Amino acid sequence: MATVSENKATRRDFLYIAAGAVGVVGVAGAAWPLIHQLNPDASVLALASIQFDLAPIPEGSSVTIMWRGMPVFVRHRTAAEIEAARAVDVSTLRDPEADEDRVQEGHEQWLIMLANCTHLGCVPVGESGEFDGWFCPCHGSQFDTAGRIRRGPAPTNLVVPPYEFLTDTTIQIG
Amino acid sequence: MANHAGNYTPGNGLERWLDERLPIVRFSKEHLMDFPTPRNLNYWWTFGGILAFMLVVQIATGVILVMHYTPHVDMAFASVEHIRRDVNYGRIIQGTHAVGASMFFVALYVHMFRGLYYGSYKAPREIIWMLGVILFILVMATAFMGYVLPWGQMSLWGATVITGLFSAIPILGEPIQTLLLGGFSVANPTLNRFFSLHYLLPFIIAAVVVLHIWALHVPGNNNPAGVEVKDSRDTLPFHPYYTMKDLFAIIVFLIPFAWFVFFAPDILGHADNYIPGDPLITPAHIVPEWYLLPFYAMLRAIDFDVLFIEARLGGVLIMFGSLAILFVLPWLDRSRVRSGTFRPLFKPFYWLFVVNFVALAYLGAQPAEGIYTVLSKITTAYYFGYFLIILPLLSRIETPKPLPPSIAESVLGENKAKAAAA
Repeated sequence: MATVSENKATRRDFLYIAAGAVGVVGVAGAAWPLIHQLNPDASVLALASIQFDLAPIPEGSSVTIMWRGMPVFVRHRTAAEIEAARAVDVSTLRDPEADEDRVQEGHEQWLIMLANCTHLGCVPVGESGEFDGWFCPCHGSQFDTAGRIRRGPAPTNLVVPPYEFLTDTTIQIG
Repeated sequence: MANHAGNYTPGNGLERWLDERLPIVRFSKEHLMDFPTPRNLNYWWTFGGILAFMLVVQIATGVILVMHYTPHVDMAFASVEHIRRDVNYGRIIQGTHAVGASMFFVALYVHMFRGLYYGSYKAPREIIWMLGVILFILVMATAFMGYVLPWGQMSLWGATVITGLFSAIPILGEPIQTLLLGGFSVANPTLNRFFSLHYLLPFIIAAVVVLHIWALHVPGNNNPAGVEVKDSRDTLPFHPYYTMKDLFAIIVFLIPFAWFVFFAPDILGHADNYIPGDPLITPAHIVPEWYLLPFYAMLRAIDFDVLFIEARLGGVLIMFGSLAILFVLPWLDRSRVRSGTFRPLFKPFYWLFVVNFVALAYLGAQPAEGIYTVLSKITTAYYFGYFLIILPLLSRIETPKPLPPSIAESVLGENKAKAAAA
């Protein structure tokens, strides 16, 4: 031991660091599959898009459908509800977003959003709360008739999923 | 208390042969039988033994339940009903496991509040306390995942809300939540991994319990007088004095336990969990199991933004902070007197803390509206104020009562006084 000068790298130092580095890379490489298997599998990711017929939904009512294992609200809004949503001063909102940006032009009566509250994922109850939109029973978040957060702990508006109108009464989500 | 030289002498050639190779008999005699234990431990000290007993009960009943349970979203609910209705004694075994979780927490809370009152977290026992906090968190995680397995409405939506906590973490939150769930919502992959972890964690808990007891056997037990053991007059051998005392306490503890199992196995649960899980409908009022309510109340108490921290993240930080603060408790309470018995100012604040904790549990079960939200904020503030303001301040301004010179004198002195009075 004492024969090796202290400030000079030796073959042993090199071997020590090289073996350690290979060991770290090896452990990380072996760990990744063990962690990544927790992520959504191919069957969960596969379903992508659904088509849905809006015609049977009368004005003033809504339905909840399933997309990617998550509930989605499809609401046929009344003229009064649209008006109420548009009368709000956007700059006063927690998550400022105009009603026009949450629906598609020419289809303003159709509000389509993921039904999971952006707080902790509960499904809010429709046509309730102080803003006549949605009320989440879990932690008291209140959403207006455009699904925007108005009061309570949720940080953002209810999420609008990607969708398009195939015809006037058929949508494709995803 | 390193002076407990064991008095084990191998009795015959075989014992001597074993002792030279694996001194397991010597170890058991020193640590499980002859271990010098303060002679003044009261019944609040029996809850450690009760907890060890409860861990064994939960593992034994759990291993049996797995033999009849099916971890699939379409069959889990029915398989639990099958256990309760068809399996021989399944009603009792499932009831024991479910009620056992609640009884586990009863013992756990008593054990922790005993530590808080008698200053068991103070030097040289900080590590025992911190391992205890780790055990508390592990037991909460295990209980939460176990509650998901019957796949009722509360299972599904409780899991949704609790895993949703992680989505509050900035940037990494959503990927972490997806990783936990194995999908975009709580579904079959989630149920399967929770089942796997629910089976694993109790054995990790058992391993940490070994560390907890190891750390305990270095300085030895704290005691109601809070003064250290000075000589052998202060102690009694663990067996038979405390093995019997613990056993008696376990039997008494089993009486309410058995009452719940035989007469009201569902009274501690929630009626909504007897509705099969439905991802389209959230129950009108989600509440966790009673033993998580105080922390749930603190989570909900933060419904306002603080600077750049949005309300949701704030609530999550407060909830995890309420557990994290326990880790630093030994350095927040600087009073050199351990036992609350000798701290006149500490006592009222301590009991207010106990009442406050019960109030938090009550508020956690109430809807998030009106007066309840205000009270939640006040009780949350006291929970943190107790640790961050009151305890550090008390240790500076309080004049404690005189401590007894030794454990033996505190016990024998009392007896003498009683004898004189009689």
